Amino acid sequence: MIYRETGQFRTSYAADQAIFRLRQDRIGIALVLLFAWVGVPLLADDYLLRAILVPFLILAVGAIGLNLLLGYCGQISLGTGAFMAIGAYAAYNLALRLPGLPLLLDFLLAGLVAAAVGVLFGIPSLRIKGLYLAVATLAAQFFVDWMFARIGWFTNYTPSGSVTAPPLDLFGWLIDTPLEKYWLCLAFACLTAIVAKNLVRSRIGRSWMAIRDMDIAAEIIGIRPMTAKLSAFAVSSFVAGVAGVLWAFVHLGSWEPLAFSIDMSFRLLFMVIIGGMGSILGSFLGAAFITILPIFLNQAPALIGIELSTAMVSHLEFMIFGALIVLFLIVEPHGLARLWQIGKEKLRLWPFPY
Amino acid sequence: MAELGPFLEVLLGGLMSGVLYSLVALGFVLIFKASGVFNFAQGAMVLFAALALVRLDEWMPLPLALVLAMAIMVAVAFAIERLVLRPLVGQHGLILFMATIGVTFFLDGFGQTVWGSNVYQLELGIPSTPWFLLEGLFPGGILVSPVDVFATVIAGSLVLALSVFFHGTRIGRALRAVADDHQAAQSVGIPLNQIWLIVWSTAGIVALVAGMAWGSKLGVQFSLSLVALKALPVLILGGLTSIPGAIVGGLLVGAGEKLAELYLGPLVGGGIEYWFAYVLALAVLLVRPQGLFGERIIERV
Repeated sequence: MIYRETGQFRTSYAADQAIFRLRQDRIGIALVLLFAWVGVPLLADDYLLRAILVPFLILAVGAIGLNLLLGYCGQISLGTGAFMAIGAYAAYNLALRLPGLPLLLDFLLAGLVAAAVGVLFGIPSLRIKGLYLAVATLAAQFFVDWMFARIGWFTNYTPSGSVTAPPLDLFGWLIDTPLEKYWLCLAFACLTAIVAKNLVRSRIGRSWMAIRDMDIAAEIIGIRPMTAKLSAFAVSSFVAGVAGVLWAFVHLGSWEPLAFSIDMSFRLLFMVIIGGMGSILGSFLGAAFITILPIFLNQAPALIGIELSTAMVSHLEFMIFGALIVLFLIVEPHGLARLWQIGKEKLRLWPFPY
Repeated sequence: MAELGPFLEVLLGGLMSGVLYSLVALGFVLIFKASGVFNFAQGAMVLFAALALVRLDEWMPLPLALVLAMAIMVAVAFAIERLVLRPLVGQHGLILFMATIGVTFFLDGFGQTVWGSNVYQLELGIPSTPWFLLEGLFPGGILVSPVDVFATVIAGSLVLALSVFFHGTRIGRALRAVADDHQAAQSVGIPLNQIWLIVWSTAGIVALVAGMAWGSKLGVQFSLSLVALKALPVLILGGLTSIPGAIVGGLLVGAGEKLAELYLGPLVGGGIEYWFAYVLALAVLLVRPQGLFGERIIERV
């Protein structure tokens, strides 16, 4: 009864093209943002911030990156982890070799490096598609894994191969408590979400969707497949690269190439599938789901009094992830975001659904 | 000519591990040909089959364990066909591919839950001391492992059996018909579901053989599942729909990566094996997207 659009007339083009056209939606998102910026810092303790919320926000950024490519442009990538690694190592090397580089500029440049590499590995997508492309992106994943593990220059010749991020100095403000890190990640997540949402509503986003739905038809109505596909790869890798920097600098602090292995790529893929392909909200929902599920699986058996070995828990995690992926693909290919959508539609008619 | 000895030895070793890649790739090709599904779970099936065999072997004689493991793989194939493929009939290839990634994770977890996750030794009764060939020609001769020879023989006979099956039997003809055109095959009375079940079971048995060969070489453990990732470039190289392509691709990748490691490895710090196959596949894709033996991809509007 509360969620009604009655009486809300859109009298200008600006109002008609707004992202949140309903007053209730606008109030809702404002409340969510207020809660995220002010409420969570008041309520959450350090453990919650450090172990759950920060990774969730960073992975949400990464999932948005993959979603732009997979959900909007229809190009599958199994190499998102590689692009995150490139972002992370680029930021590390830039900070190392250009002392005094402002942190944000460092992040930005690292994203651009990742975008450039993304375009490079996106070039095969002009000739091949679908499953073949999956293998091409796997090539990126393995090559990048190897490159950072074996070529010493990238890791500044540290004998163990693990590198440590410089202190996070944002215009003189040293970011080191979990709360400050949370705010930084939240800022990046909000910014990415807004930019991505507007990008997919723009000319370029629509050309991606045209390519996704049928590339030959898109070509015939005058969309250049090369521009569309490579720009999708560039933007997606840029976002993934920034997520990689955040993951390495803010979440991990010090890391080794294994941090961005193929497991990371699969995790992001699962987030996009479960959250919803072609939905920005879905990226957040998927990231939340995949971040919380392992923690829940670790805690739940103990709560009901069953003792499971850690190996068993990790096997169970594999099984549940696998089963969920299949289940979602069968029951709801558009993921959690679609469920949310259906809920809203129902709410509009409630309590008189006729 | 002092260089020739190590060269031949590495080449031979590479070719033999290539045979093992081919075995895994063969499972992919079978399923892709008959149902158009790119089965990412083939590696997980290899692991599952090998684990089943090795654990059953502890309880009973090897031949019995082999038969039981085959039955288990048929059951797995049946379950996948019923629970995953049938509800997804008619979906886009990419969706099916992602579903098989889900199956991969499930099988990896399930297999290790049921069968345990230690490293198991698979004893097939093959001598493990290496043979030395051509000792008269080269100092020290060429070192060949009997396990590799065994795997090569098995793979060879499997390919022979499969080609007889595909070309000489009624079911084989039906399989080829389904591969050509699902609808046309159905309209002449070929039951699609049954065919898919047969194909997945065959792939499961191929996975069992691959699991035996790999398992006796490396021990049965989780890393077997990763062998599948090596089989993907083999497929791309050979072409997704060609059984000879899978064999030739496997040999090329196997020999190529070992030789590259020998000659180029020292220049870049080693570990080329890790990505060589992928970069080779990528290069082939750019020049010849359908692979060496694949059918030309023709787009109709």
